[in-house]
Amino acid sequence: MDAILLQILNGLDKGGAYALIALGLTLVFGTLGVVNFAHGALFMLGAFCAVTFNKLLNLESVVIDPTQKTAWGTPLEVRTPYIEAWLGDFGKYLHDYSVPASILLAIPVMLIIGIVMERGLIRYFYKRPHADQILVTFGLAIVIQEIIKHFFGANPIPQPAPMAFGGTAYVGEFLGMGQTLAYPWWRIIYFLFSLGIIGAVFAFLQFTTYGMVVRAGMRDRETVGLLGIDIERRFTVVFGLAAVVAGVAGVMYTPILPPDYHMGMEFLVLSFVVVVVGGMGSLGGAVAAGFLLGILQSFASMNEVKAIIPGIDQIIIYLVAVVILLTLPRGLMGRKGVMED
Amino acid sequence: MSKFIMTRRGLLRAGAASGVALAAPMHFIRGAYAEDISCNMPKGDTVTFGWSVPLTGPYADEGADELKAFQLAVKHLNGEGDGGMIPTMKPAALKGNGILGKKVAQVHGDSQTKTDAARDNSKRMIERDGAIMISGGSSSAEAIAVQSLCQDMGVIHMSGLTHSNDTTGKDKKRYGFRHFFNAYQSGVALGPVIGEAYGKDRKAYHLTADYTWGWTQEESMKAATEALGWQTVAAVRTPLGSADFSQYITPVLNSGADVLILNHYGKDMVNSLTQAVQFGLRDKEVNGKKFEIVVALFSELMAQGAGDAVKGIYGTSNWDWKLDDDATKAFTKSFGQEYGAPPSQAAHTCYVQALLYADACERAGTFFAPAVIKALEGFEFDGLGNGSTLYRAEDHQCMKSCLVVQGKENPKDKYDLMEIVKVIPREATTYDPAIFGGELGPSDAKQC
Repeated sequence: MDAILLQILNGLDKGGAYALIALGLTLVFGTLGVVNFAHGALFMLGAFCAVTFNKLLNLESVVIDPTQKTAWGTPLEVRTPYIEAWLGDFGKYLHDYSVPASILLAIPVMLIIGIVMERGLIRYFYKRPHADQILVTFGLAIVIQEIIKHFFGANPIPQPAPMAFGGTAYVGEFLGMGQTLAYPWWRIIYFLFSLGIIGAVFAFLQFTTYGMVVRAGMRDRETVGLLGIDIERRFTVVFGLAAVVAGVAGVMYTPILPPDYHMGMEFLVLSFVVVVVGGMGSLGGAVAAGFLLGILQSFASMNEVKAIIPGIDQIIIYLVAVVILLTLPRGLMGRKGVMED
Repeated sequence: MSKFIMTRRGLLRAGAASGVALAAPMHFIRGAYAEDISCNMPKGDTVTFGWSVPLTGPYADEGADELKAFQLAVKHLNGEGDGGMIPTMKPAALKGNGILGKKVAQVHGDSQTKTDAARDNSKRMIERDGAIMISGGSSSAEAIAVQSLCQDMGVIHMSGLTHSNDTTGKDKKRYGFRHFFNAYQSGVALGPVIGEAYGKDRKAYHLTADYTWGWTQEESMKAATEALGWQTVAAVRTPLGSADFSQYITPVLNSGADVLILNHYGKDMVNSLTQAVQFGLRDKEVNGKKFEIVVALFSELMAQGAGDAVKGIYGTSNWDWKLDDDATKAFTKSFGQEYGAPPSQAAHTCYVQALLYADACERAGTFFAPAVIKALEGFEFDGLGNGSTLYRAEDHQCMKSCLVVQGKENPKDKYDLMEIVKVIPREATTYDPAIFGGELGPSDAKQC
């Protein structure tokens, strides 16, 4: 029983990451009709906002101590972080909470990156075939990756979770099962965070006038334009919003997976499968499929399952995608007419 | 008018005499002709080395460090800088003025930690750039693929970071040489140490990178731990380059195992170890014992990536910059002054391989590949950081000491993350080359 609960928990946090990336992809596709292969790179850029914020907090004063030498014979550099020298205990506290605090940096940075990306490149490809959009956004993703690699190197850069959430949560104790069911605190936080972000995006689209106009634009762009609404500008903001969602998803994922320049690509392909299974253009479908595939992948990795079908954990997502597309060609919640021209 | 009559005996005599007359000059020029056909014999005043290193992919950081080491080696071979380990190497024919009077030039390519890219790189460097020797690589799959290509093309391959038993075992090649230790030697070195630390009654769960190195590492670790009396609960293969290992770690939690052995390297190891610690494995008690994690092959670069998760973890290393011998000190000083950081074990093995090849050319007095191979086979040397070392003729594997290391609890800085627990002597890591089979193949010179 606890093995099953563990796989569900594992599927939920993984599904949370898939759902957040797929949500942004669907937002962009649903509003602008663009298949954005650079979306994984936005997830990675968000993660590097956390790395940059941490590096800023780690800026140090360097004093050369001529009395001490390194192993290779140069004078030893004594380093002290400015933040701790200036702010004392608060500096240490800020340092500990650098990952969640870096969301404050990631939101404006990702919003600007999203808007610049849309205005500077993507908008020239609205009327072009999807193949062109895929090529240009894939190329853009590679350019972004290489820039990050140039500045941060190729090695993963670990980002610790705050001390209070760095350990293990004994979930079983809450369920009266003792300490047998344990799960990392931060992964639970990530799942709750993903639910919060998904809820906020849906609330924005559902309960604000701005969101209502965007939804109307997703349905019928021309009619909304005829009403005198500058739908282009709103869609630009939506692109920025999708970049922010991917970015903050990346920030919070850094304690789970030490970020490197390639991490976006690793999620991108799976997230596209999630979008297709959920139904192109369907926000609810993307979220549902994200969690569904996350949980299925988790169950498929159980040794008991792999003993029956070896290698099933590697193909389960694609297998489910094939079955769904054969039985429901528009995906779980796909709308008629989307990508059917 | 006389009539010419050829008898059968006369014809045979004449034929034999003509054969001897025609073959005689070949006897005297055979060496010269053979040198002409050896691939990429240098004609000008330079000799070109080719580095195929992964600058992208899961082993990219090791690759970047390897390239730095190669560039430093070329500098030292050409007489620039402080000479690094050239003065400490014994015996050494190197003079610090290039090789056989020719300056060393170099080309490199990104192997992307992929076998096909590594082969394409090497082929390009041999055919287009005229590389006479290929080195580098951070994965055994790359090393095996490239040394096979080099065997076909008649170019010597001095492999870099490759740890699979197969590289100098079933896939060994006459043109391939490995200085780095292997999975078998890791198992031999690590077994007794973890047996002493964790006891004889343990249940081990293996997570293994799914390619040649991982398979042989798993096999060697199983052999070493089962010899201690440990039970193997499960051995699960994970794809090379996996990002999220949670799906492989969650089954460990309820498997009844009390030790997790990670047969992972590079980014895979950083991710799997970090995530295993996050899942509370190191805080668990199973079968009345504290749960332990072991990493078969360790490096400082990986320790930097994994952060605090490496503290207290046992593993093995080919070499460490903190060793207390003159050669290690000289190399660390050279490398540190050039790049501002100490060298990794990947950098060390690549630097040593470049020097060993150059030295073999000097000793052979030629770049002719079969002669250089002969000079390397059975070469006994010292002063390159691993003590007395033999380049074994039977399998082209270096027989030397290796290290058991442990993640440091209180490191001084980011370069001080591992401590050397034990130096395992060459006698303990030496094994019968026949156990891994394979054939070296011919050393015939080839025209490329």
